[in-house]
Amino acid sequence: MSDRHAGAVMEKTLEFPDVTDFADPLLVVKDLHTSFRTGRGTVHAVDGVSLSVNRGTTLGVVGESGSGKTVLARSIMGLLPSRDVIRSGSVQFTGHEMTTLAPAQLRQVWGAQMSMIFQDPMTALNPVVRIGHQITDSLRLHLDMDRKEANTTAVELLRSVGIPSPEERIRWYPFQLSGGMRQRVMIAIALACAPRLVLADEPTTGLDVSVQAQILDLLQAMQRERHMAVILVTHDLGVVAKRADEIAVMYAGRIVERAPTRTLFAHTRMPYTRALMNSIPRLADPSGTRLLAIGGRPPDLIHPPQGCRFAPRCPYVQDKCRELEPPLRTAASSDHVFACWFPLVDGAPGVPTDVGTAPVPELDPETPPS
Amino acid sequence: MTTDAATPTTVPTDSPATPMPDDVVLQVDHLVVEFRSGRQRVQAVTDISFTVKKGETLGLVGESGCGKTTTGRALVQVQRATSGTVRFNGQDLTKLSGKALRETRTKMQMIFQDPISSLNPRRRIRDIVSEPLAIWGIGSRAEREERVRSMLDSVGIDPDTAGDRRPQEFSGGQCQRISIARALMANPSLLICDEPVSALDVSVQAQILNLLADLKEEFGLTMVFIAHDLAVVKNVSDRVAVMYLGKLVEVTGSDELYRSPAHPYTEALMASIPEPDPEHQSAHKALTGELPSPLNPPSGCRFRTRCPYAQPRCTDEEPPLREIAPGHQVACHFPLIKTPVSMASSPA
Repeated sequence: MSDRHAGAVMEKTLEFPDVTDFADPLLVVKDLHTSFRTGRGTVHAVDGVSLSVNRGTTLGVVGESGSGKTVLARSIMGLLPSRDVIRSGSVQFTGHEMTTLAPAQLRQVWGAQMSMIFQDPMTALNPVVRIGHQITDSLRLHLDMDRKEANTTAVELLRSVGIPSPEERIRWYPFQLSGGMRQRVMIAIALACAPRLVLADEPTTGLDVSVQAQILDLLQAMQRERHMAVILVTHDLGVVAKRADEIAVMYAGRIVERAPTRTLFAHTRMPYTRALMNSIPRLADPSGTRLLAIGGRPPDLIHPPQGCRFAPRCPYVQDKCRELEPPLRTAASSDHVFACWFPLVDGAPGVPTDVGTAPVPELDPETPPS
Repeated sequence: MTTDAATPTTVPTDSPATPMPDDVVLQVDHLVVEFRSGRQRVQAVTDISFTVKKGETLGLVGESGCGKTTTGRALVQVQRATSGTVRFNGQDLTKLSGKALRETRTKMQMIFQDPISSLNPRRRIRDIVSEPLAIWGIGSRAEREERVRSMLDSVGIDPDTAGDRRPQEFSGGQCQRISIARALMANPSLLICDEPVSALDVSVQAQILNLLADLKEEFGLTMVFIAHDLAVVKNVSDRVAVMYLGKLVEVTGSDELYRSPAHPYTEALMASIPEPDPEHQSAHKALTGELPSPLNPPSGCRFRTRCPYAQPRCTDEEPPLREIAPGHQVACHFPLIKTPVSMASSPA
């Protein structure tokens, strides 16, 4: 399959050779900053984020509204407004530096190598274009298919994302589909050209819990089948708990804790991560159990507080936290980093009793759910 | 529907004229809501009956399209019932209209899903919240102002800085607090919350759920809480009614529902909830497929098309809502509880 598309090539065509060394990270983000100039001042939405994603793995990015997680995803993708944006840092994707690519080169990457699933499938899909056409667009551009071939592929894609009678639905418009079906179409579009990286920005937030589980299972199945890497952005730790290999928790534009999923849940060090876990109502708790909500709101990203940014809302805050900003440092296992002067130790207040002591089940995290 | 007349406290009888016990605030009998869809008629709510006692929170849970919002709207008569009765403090609201209905409605208020679009963007917070008092001419200007201040304070909004601002300057969680303040201004006894937290972050969701619990205590409210997330519904509710395709399939105490779900749909809904625990293994399979079209509901049991335990009888015969343990009703031919006798000892 050649990635070269027909038509005038204005810029140097990027090469994406098939990789044999899977240990090589697919995406490496270093000290990424994205700020927006607004009437009130400069908003530092992403403020020094570094991370890497390996091929075929899932990174969960978790944080509240306004933590910068969506801007992070868009910065990786290069989907930012052209005006009033200040950015620095590096995004290396399969060896290409994304931040310096020209728009025409970015278009070779989008859809073909890296694609995005947006939160709201109604506004992300074009309401006046049949869904089939919205899928075949990228197939014809990136994979150079003719109309007929693209149509056949689109039907197959719709079938693979679980849309019944796809031959018929391909002629439908987005308004004729339910929210869950629309999100399936979004996934089909994102996966059409078999990208290596999919950024899913709150893909299930507007959906029912029952549909949410179906969509996340679908995404996971497609990921395994095609060996894609996924960055799953969400505000709900419950969504990534069983689906991400690694989780990065964001707060006020920065990563405050990052660890393999099991380690993060079993050995939470950052009080903010613990607070996010505690705010989720658990089915096993008796009715009327008071939730341990995090008081207050995330800080203003125009004037972030001095010291630790979570200090104003932290239940364990000390004087040092208000004065000095904690750096990201490594925990007992080297793949676990956190930013806190007084980290939680296992058994600290608020730790659910059975998490730390639960026996490790024989289930391998790579195994898909039955 | 055929119901057991021996248990009048939880199961309404066939006669719409049954007297309401004193502690029942809301009694819904055989409520049907139909919409026209072209030449067809579609029943969004098909013959449902339930009661809500004073000071109780009833959770109404189900997927999108199951009719839970329509039910909520029919309670306050925003959506008129096609048949059936909705009695609030003994008064049949379906027979009321005009001023009498508007007056009764001050005692039953509603909170909506999208907090930002349910507030008028062009008005100041102070005016939005005092509107119910202005409409009914309650109190002098100074008294109203004072009441707005204390109510905003109760919901955790600073009246000094917020009063003169407009909805767009607030976050979703804050707008939901303002909507709650507005709903409580006319001193209602019944609050109907339609998905009040599903548009919010989990952290803000926890704040709003705690706030609702506090306000319920402070103002002695009775609540109907509508949502699709069973974990959220269970947290706030004393009893839960599970709805599927326009019908109630299970009604019971919320802890009982979690301990021993009797309807396969309830069990599947529970399995769909994302648990924030990587070690958690759900014992049951999550739901597959989508809700069938209410234009052409399946014969017999409406859930049979997605039910892992469906039998031929489920296709032929519709299961009535019946009591399988005290205070535990289920509409299933093959309820999942094997030993209803032992369940009887646990309080509903």
